[in-house]
Amino acid sequence: MAPRKLYGMPLSPNVVRVAAALNEKGLDFEIVPVDLRTGAHKQPEFLALNPFGQIPALQDGDEVLYESRAINRYIATKYTEGPELLPTPSAKLEVWLEVESHHFYPHVSPLVFQLLIKPMLGGAADPVVVDKHAHELARVLDVYETHLAQNKYLAGDAFTLADLNHMSYLFCLSKTPKADLVASRPHVKAWWDDISARPAFQKTVAAIPFPPSA
Amino acid sequence: MAPVKVFGLKMSTNVARVLVCLEEVGAEYEVVDIDFQAKEHKSPQHLARNPFGQIPAFQDGDVVLFESRAISRYVLRKYSKSAGVDLLREDNLEEAAAVDVWTEVEAQQYNPAVAPIVYECLIHPAMFGVPTNQKVVDECVEKLRKVLDVYEARLSRHSYLAGDFLSFADLSHFPYTHYLMATPYASLFDSYPRVKAWWQGLASRPSAKKLSADMSF
Repeated sequence: MAPRKLYGMPLSPNVVRVAAALNEKGLDFEIVPVDLRTGAHKQPEFLALNPFGQIPALQDGDEVLYESRAINRYIATKYTEGPELLPTPSAKLEVWLEVESHHFYPHVSPLVFQLLIKPMLGGAADPVVVDKHAHELARVLDVYETHLAQNKYLAGDAFTLADLNHMSYLFCLSKTPKADLVASRPHVKAWWDDISARPAFQKTVAAIPFPPSA
Repeated sequence: MAPVKVFGLKMSTNVARVLVCLEEVGAEYEVVDIDFQAKEHKSPQHLARNPFGQIPAFQDGDVVLFESRAISRYVLRKYSKSAGVDLLREDNLEEAAAVDVWTEVEAQQYNPAVAPIVYECLIHPAMFGVPTNQKVVDECVEKLRKVLDVYEARLSRHSYLAGDFLSFADLSHFPYTHYLMATPYASLFDSYPRVKAWWQGLASRPSAKKLSADMSF
């Protein structure tokens, strides 16, 4: 059987979001490099996989998908081995999947870009942008702190896709000066310590070609 | 069965996303207004429903939810079989995957281009007396053109976004597109005939027509 192909850069948190899901399910895959720095994502070859020209894309047999959160739903639904990432019915799980997408991501993504990715590309973080998103993310994480005081995981008692979808950006955030946003919130910190210790996630981060810490 | 409750305002885009799903499955519902002037969205009662202090929130008996796309999935899962509609396609992995991809596309590609145009052209002037920031609008129009290029190609191959069947992915576009059509940028769609035809099909659905009557700023 042809291996699953995950197209993207191994350092990209949206790509790692999918790698984390594949690893939780114990699925073999190869990362096919799509180097954004050379514009590979705008070439016809890649646009045939994702017409929006973004990474990741996933090829699983005849199925080609893009949008990391949609890819992860597919992985969680199709593969029954490993933990149940998307037990249905779970209305609470659906809520927190959307919270990641519409409250957490819009602020953590620009923070990670400014503090981690931009410096790697030879640029400097914009302090105005950093402060704005750090402030907003703090308010969002206050809501998480209250929620995680009542719930071990976001959807309740068990680890699900709602937790997993946060992990790649939480990992990146932990490598920046804004790691204290998590570390200063006891329940958010406990949740992150727990989920980041999962063997599948240890495997995922071992494969991220992280440069030596700044 | 008691009607479900949607907390928010009928003219709100994200509230309408939930309402269009309720209409499509023919569920009984009531809209409970939230008084923003009185800061009701930040009241303890509302924060207990939606800790981010936003609309919509939703209640069905003991189930209390927020985030319009999560509420919509709940509604579609609960009522689809009895209504004879299948807008999530969860019994078919490939079709469900296509619905999920295009639902994410709406959220991550289409919405970030359209929402600021709606805010700058309609909401800011009408509700806050703030003038349109044309620079923001122009940037978003350029973004939207690129997105519509992809939509046009997609809708040239399929009658709807996820395939040859209407799905939640299409309906999720209704609220913001309804308001885009009330801005000068409605004419953008004239350059995209398949997109325009797809939109006109959505807008002429009984669910859309009924809700449109209450959707203006």
